[in-house]
Amino acid sequence: MPEITYRGAIHDAMVEEMRRDERVFLIGEDIGVYGGAFGVSQGMLAEFGPGRIRETPISEQAIVGAAAGAAMVGMRPIAELMFMDFVLLAMEPLVNQAAKARYMFGGKAKVPMVIRMPSGSGTGAAAQHSQSLESILMHIPGIKVVAPSTPYDAKGLLISSIRDPNPVCFVEHKLLYKIKGEVPAEEYSIPLGVADIKHEGRDITVVTSGIMVQKSIAVARKLEAEGISIEVIDPRTLRPLDTDAIARSVKKTGRLLVVHEAVKTGGWAGEVMASVSESPAFDYLDSPMRRLTGKDIPIPYNRNLEAAAVPQEEDIEREIRAILNNQY
Amino acid sequence: MGTEKIKAAYDNLQTEDVLKKAKELGLDNDILVHMYRTMIKIRLFEEKADQLYALGKVHGTMHLSAGQEAVAVGAGFVTRDDDYLLNHHRGHGHFIASGADINKMMAEFLGKETGYCHGRGGSMHIADITANNLGANGIVGGGIELAAGVGLAVQMRKTDQLVLVLFGDGAANEGIFHESLNMSAIWELPVIYLCENNHYGMSAEVARVSSKVPFKDRALAHGIPGYFIDGNDVLAVYEFMKNAAEYTRTDKGPVFIEVETYRYFGHSKSDRNLYRSREEIETWKKRDPILRFEKLLIDAKLIDNVKVKEIYQEMGILIEKAVTFAENSPEPEIKDVMEWVYA
Repeated sequence: MPEITYRGAIHDAMVEEMRRDERVFLIGEDIGVYGGAFGVSQGMLAEFGPGRIRETPISEQAIVGAAAGAAMVGMRPIAELMFMDFVLLAMEPLVNQAAKARYMFGGKAKVPMVIRMPSGSGTGAAAQHSQSLESILMHIPGIKVVAPSTPYDAKGLLISSIRDPNPVCFVEHKLLYKIKGEVPAEEYSIPLGVADIKHEGRDITVVTSGIMVQKSIAVARKLEAEGISIEVIDPRTLRPLDTDAIARSVKKTGRLLVVHEAVKTGGWAGEVMASVSESPAFDYLDSPMRRLTGKDIPIPYNRNLEAAAVPQEEDIEREIRAILNNQY
Repeated sequence: MGTEKIKAAYDNLQTEDVLKKAKELGLDNDILVHMYRTMIKIRLFEEKADQLYALGKVHGTMHLSAGQEAVAVGAGFVTRDDDYLLNHHRGHGHFIASGADINKMMAEFLGKETGYCHGRGGSMHIADITANNLGANGIVGGGIELAAGVGLAVQMRKTDQLVLVLFGDGAANEGIFHESLNMSAIWELPVIYLCENNHYGMSAEVARVSSKVPFKDRALAHGIPGYFIDGNDVLAVYEFMKNAAEYTRTDKGPVFIEVETYRYFGHSKSDRNLYRSREEIETWKKRDPILRFEKLLIDAKLIDNVKVKEIYQEMGILIEKAVTFAENSPEPEIKDVMEWVYA
């Protein structure tokens, strides 16, 4: 299988879907000649022209509103927000319009749209360009939230998201854009709502997403040498959340750590732990469930402070050891 | 089209000149009477809604458009069945004028399974997606948010449909107003922005909360043709809408029409009319859109007082039938409450 980057995988998914289905188009800021703030749409203007690579003014509410409107009448827009932080400017059309149209109109509307948004810290972009806001989005019925951690998942999940008849928020951690991974040359897709075991293990389940999957896998590989066996579960879709897969793994390992970059309070780790508490898997737990999350602060600018604000590999390792040694 | 406000343009003409002008617009005598009939249908629907609320039969709120019928009919008689309509929360009249089934509307109003939205939306969210009627919207400016995108879809498919988006004076002070107008203008999207200035956003008087009026000036600032007209003159609304539709359908871009009108009922059911006087309301009732059009049709001998009575009776029966239909309809089933969150 050829190796491509996460950025390339997302690019390829969009290009292939736009070739396949003329209803699909890309709308967002600086997506044309510039190629997008993170270079994801490079070259697409040349192939598809300004009609379908629809470069917009800096008007996030209008971008998402326009995507929702176009989707309601049968188009399949992909809206690119330059940073996930900017979805806050577009919560009105996303939450009050796109997410609710189907329900409040009695099942007659469909809003097949994707909003792609680069998330997360690690680039020195500070408080307003580094957030992980997926928990806020997960709280809204009618929206799906997808957060791939590998190039393979990114392409397969984006294709499914574009074909999905609902509004999908597609969260791309910006530190993942450069990572490489195997992606098949032939067409494939990954169903939404299905978790993936990124690393099999027996001793503890780590449920995690986005960049934290990469970090958790690195820890799992490192501790393997000591005979510590870690199961890394990537839900891939945060809403709907594959609680069955999580429960299955917890039954097997008897321990659970949830790791996310988003801040702790109200974060989706709580949702994962609640789902286990409510399931028969709870009886299999050998120790309290734990979460390792971003600190409850805005992301700071200074390199060292920024790194301290979110879980790093050594934090994950330390937390896993603590749980396995019953030290918490 | 001029850019200045026209006051009672048709009222000031001689009757024969009015009919001549109407003919030029493509309105024959039958259509004129049908427009009048539709205005009465709307008025009686709204009055019935108010009564049903007073009788305690309505669970939620409502925003009634009595007094604004000329806008609904003037616009609704211009748009085609395949055009897209994005409505505001005071939208009963526009649905009726665009040919909606009042049985299903009334059933939705009463929260019944047979309503347009199976009782999930209520008065504020009546929609008929299959008829390109994309819904009333509970968020002020919500339709404006979606309008450019619907226009974009039309443009990309290269059809000659248009998008009619309705909103009130209040929505003109939402940020999305400018984002949407700018977007439609730069892409020359087929959107008609119809601003229903009824003088109050809930209790906020337009002049007190708006830096620049009329709002059509804000459209001009975006390079969009903008007009400010008498919204209680159904023929004036029709004329400007018709010209706007021709302009928009031929890929020239968006048009903005602001109509001046007035609502008789309060903003919603909680309104005690503390912000306006009885005299003001009575003054506006002298400019009532239905009475003005009625006088014109009687002067032109298209109808007489007997016919007027007949029409009221006929429309009244339709409304009563709608109420009966709605009241006899089943409630939605509790077991279905989780349906339709996702497609």
